[in-house]
Parts: sequence; C-alpha cells; structure tokens
Amino acid sequence: MSFYTGLMFYLLAAVVLVPGVCILFSRDIVHAAFWLMASLAGVAGLYLMLGADFLGFAQVLVYIGGILILIIFGLMVTHKEKVSLHQIARKRLLLPALVTGAITLLGLLTAIRGTSWAGATEAPLEPTSARIGYHLMSDYLLPFEVASILLLVGLVAGVYIARRREQET
Amino acid sequence: MFEIGLTHYLVVSAAMFTLGMMIIVMRRNAIAVLMGIEFLLNAAALNFVAFSRYVTGDLHGQLAGLFVIAVAAAEATIILAIILNIYSHMDSVNVDEADLLKQ
Repeated sequence: MSFYTGLMFYLLAAVVLVPGVCILFSRDIVHAAFWLMASLAGVAGLYLMLGADFLGFAQVLVYIGGILILIIFGLMVTHKEKVSLHQIARKRLLLPALVTGAITLLGLLTAIRGTSWAGATEAPLEPTSARIGYHLMSDYLLPFEVASILLLVGLVAGVYIARRREQET
Repeated sequence: MFEIGLTHYLVVSAAMFTLGMMIIVMRRNAIAVLMGIEFLLNAAALNFVAFSRYVTGDLHGQLAGLFVIAVAAAEATIILAIILNIYSHMDSVNVDEADLLKQ
C-alpha cells in the first residue's frame, strides 16, 4: 500500500513540476496555458492525497474551470496576430532567472532542512466538506464574508477597468 | 523513499515556488507572468494543506488554502482587466514595453 502511495506521489509531483519547466521554455503562449492546466490538476491530485477532498475539487472548479478559462480568454483577446516572442530578450533573461531560481530554492530547502517539524502527527483521512462548512459558518465567518466581498469588489472592478472607453479611442 | 512525509510535500512546494519565480523573471508576456503568480499562490496553498495534515492535524490549514484560492480568483480577474487595458493602450502585452511611469 505504501509503495503505491509513494509511486502516486512521485507521479503527481512530476505532473506538477514538469509543466512548470515547459511553461518556462514554451514558445507558444497557448501551449503554456494548457501546461498550466496540467500543473493545476496535479496540485488538485496532491490535495486529494493529503486528505483535502473539498479543497481538491474546489481547485479543479476554481482554477481549471474559472481562472484558466479567464487566462485563455485573455490570450484570445490580446493576441490578434502572431506576436514575436523576443527570443533575444529571453536569452538575456535566462541567467537572471537561473540566479533567482537558485537563490529561492536554496533558501527554501535550507529552511525546510533547518526546521524540526516537531509534533508531526498524521491526521486521519476522513471527509472534510461538512467540517469545513461548520468552520466557515462559525469561527471563520468574518474571513468568509470578507472573502465574498473581496470577490464581488474584484469582479466589479474587473468589469470597470476592462470596459471599452468610447471617448478615448 | 516511498514513505511519504511532510518534507516531500514541502520540497515539491519549494520547487513549484522556484519555478514560479523563474517564470516571472524570464517570461515577458504579461499573461505568462500571471501564470507564474498562480504557481506561487499554489505553492503556498500546498504548504498550508500539508501542514494541516502533518503538523496540526486539524482543518485550519485547509481553510487557509480555500481562502488562497478565493483571493487568487479575485486577483486573476483584476490582473486580466489591467492586461486588457494595457493592450488597448499600447497594442502589446510585453511587460517591458509598459514603462510609461518610468519615462
């Protein structure tokens, strides 16, 4: 059993991380959007492996069903003709990207190795939806309402910012 | 090696965060930069959920992950609206060309 769990974890980790490298180097931005979909689905799988069933499906609904569609719509609107991808600029940026990545990864790995994760107890795997609902309606009520207002304000602001201004164009 | 623990998830999350940072630095298309930001947010949420299972053993980490997803949805909407505006002003979504404030 443990063997298959480990195998599944490494498969999902590959599904998460390999598309990231592909986004980094893909020439076509639409391909990058579909690689992002694979990566987000892999994260949803990792959530399921961690016993977060509600969060896993929320990830699929919100990210793959919502944000990714938004990104693809944005691509369709903003790329009327084939945009040149500025290969020279990207070659120039490879070294800064590698340096940033190396510093970030080293810092994070040092922090992970240097911390003792004391009291690590494994939570039992059981359905979480009902308990998350109780939390959202009791001790997380204020963050819940603030998040809903944030979403409303975000959507209204998005419509307002992106609308076409007739008098200017 | 096949016994999966907290550290495995943290390392995957760290690698994901690194990839997001590299995408933000290297890609010049504004929408690709948005993809990098989604990577960063997902890495953070994955950390929260892993801690929820392996350290605290309750649901607070998962709730934090849920709020990360909600904030990411609002953020993606605003960023795409801004990108559409930049595109209608300068006919390009290259982040290097959007430097009107610098001039």
